[in-house]
Amino acid sequence: MTEIKSVVCPICGCLCDDLEVTVENNEIIKMKNGCAQCEAKMVHGYKSEERILKPMIRKDGKLVPVSMDEAVHKAAQILTDAKYPLLFGWSSSTSEAQQVGVELAEELGSALDNCCSVCHGPSVMAEQEIGIPSCTLGQIRHRADLVIYWACDPWASHPRHLERYTSFTEGRFEGSEWKNYMEKLKGAASQKKVALASRRILGSYNPPIHPQTCTVDAPPQAINKNGRKLIVVDVRKTITAEAADYFLQVEPNKDYEILESMRCLVADQELDVDKVGGVPVEYLKEVTDAMVNCDFGVIFFGLGLTQSAGRFRNIEIAIALTRDLNRRTKFVISPMRGHFNVTGANVVFAWQTGYPYALDFSQGYPQYNPGEFTAIDLLRRGDNDATLVISSDPGANFPRGAMQNMMKHPIITINPDMNAISRLGDVVFPTQWCGIECEGTAYRMDLVPIMLHKVVEPPKGILNDEELLRKILEEIRAIKAKNPETENNAELKARNKLAPRIEIKQRKKTKKAEVA
Amino acid sequence: MVEQKLRATLITGRTIDQGVGKEMGKGSIEYFESSAVCFMDKTDMIQLGIKSGSNVQVSSKYGSVIVKAVKFPSGITPGMVFIPCGLWANAICGDETFGMGMPLFKGFPVEVEAAPKEAVLTLDELLMKEYGR
Repeated sequence: MTEIKSVVCPICGCLCDDLEVTVENNEIIKMKNGCAQCEAKMVHGYKSEERILKPMIRKDGKLVPVSMDEAVHKAAQILTDAKYPLLFGWSSSTSEAQQVGVELAEELGSALDNCCSVCHGPSVMAEQEIGIPSCTLGQIRHRADLVIYWACDPWASHPRHLERYTSFTEGRFEGSEWKNYMEKLKGAASQKKVALASRRILGSYNPPIHPQTCTVDAPPQAINKNGRKLIVVDVRKTITAEAADYFLQVEPNKDYEILESMRCLVADQELDVDKVGGVPVEYLKEVTDAMVNCDFGVIFFGLGLTQSAGRFRNIEIAIALTRDLNRRTKFVISPMRGHFNVTGANVVFAWQTGYPYALDFSQGYPQYNPGEFTAIDLLRRGDNDATLVISSDPGANFPRGAMQNMMKHPIITINPDMNAISRLGDVVFPTQWCGIECEGTAYRMDLVPIMLHKVVEPPKGILNDEELLRKILEEIRAIKAKNPETENNAELKARNKLAPRIEIKQRKKTKKAEVA
Repeated sequence: MVEQKLRATLITGRTIDQGVGKEMGKGSIEYFESSAVCFMDKTDMIQLGIKSGSNVQVSSKYGSVIVKAVKFPSGITPGMVFIPCGLWANAICGDETFGMGMPLFKGFPVEVEAAPKEAVLTLDELLMKEYGR
């Protein structure tokens, strides 16, 4: 039995690096310091029955185990035969594997996209438009006296974010609010007891109206406490909102209006309306006052902004608000990145090609255009004729329409376990769990690279993402060398780019003719 | 008064249970129980004449899915329903991106109706129904 300290958690963008893992007989048997998600993956999930132990190929509608060489050859053949494949995923891979991914896309002249296009893609677009005043999480931990979570619920998606980087951490210059929060919980519990007792004695009891919720007409609670303040802005009362000192409940799709109104208030302008996006203006004034009067403020924003109406314009206006606030005080803004290395995918793609996601190599050089080369748009239009999915699960996380189009063509998957996309794949590769069975680099949400650790040995014969992609790349090069006439060089690619669409049209025509 | 259909705004997103479920494995019972649910406001449930734990059909113009109705743990949000992101939520999400690469995951209209006789499909059943595999 060995205890390994300072293990990095390979789940969310927080990349907590203080896990203590106990390993016995090459199995993790227990761990300390991890969140619920971390424990689910590192103690149970990684060795579940759903683990893929052999490569598989779909034959007669069923996945059949085959040798690694056969699967690699089949995958390479599919990718070489395809006119315009899409390589998607990368967010739970190491940066070393992502680098090989770019090489593979260049070799194939394919589209290349990462999970960022369905999470913080709009944030990347907004950052390119207007820039971003940001800093590392360490700075925030030690200095931030005002923390705002806008349209995100870290308690659910990044469970240790508050504990490690913001309100509930003991910084050098700012203290932890944990004790106050526990007092608040005790208060709420005793209030419940009073209500229960009153109901028993009196038969009925009207609880006091919660002063922090905007849906009731009560005066806002002044944000006048000492120490770190926590404000949550969201469409529903999340667990994070319950822990907050102040909660603004906004109407869905109204974030842009509210952020713009707050910009006006920061610039000391008056608003001629009573409510904006369901929030009384006096509440907004309370929040902007707190923002202007803090010493170091931070806004963390989540998918509530990037996936709502307005998309990247929401982020742009939030960054503009932060910029305006910097004329009065110190303020930073940071996206709450999801998967542990989705930030790394952006970084690696950007340093290799110049662009962070939504890439196309069909012309022989990298092109970038969100809305055209993003995975959902390619699938929606039916442009690609093969898909390689690595370390992600579009099977469960892509809208049905896009997935139905993906299913029309061969799918190659590289995932450690049988998730939804592996169940749908034509060639299914097993791989090692990054951060458990293999080491590598991952980027935290604040762009700090952190080395993932290897804790246990992988099952025999299973390669890691990087080795597997290299094998496929070498096989593709070998196939091309054998058949130079079928070589999918960039020039040929460019000519054939529209071919799938033309083929579909032709197929429709022949079908019509058959019907007639 | 009990109404047959409830018009609501759908939000999809993360919950801690769904997070734990996905890490346990997509085929796990934890993932099924945490993702094939629809959080609703208490008043909306009364309006539909349903109780926490009964099945509902949520439909949008992109499709419909049967999930289990659950009361929001806190807060007041009438007219809003929440399905944790996953296969069940994506059966009714649209793939329109408005030229920005991001599909419709949050803030679009849906209709909710009671479906006490319908069963919630498991991951494998839903994959078979949607994609034939």
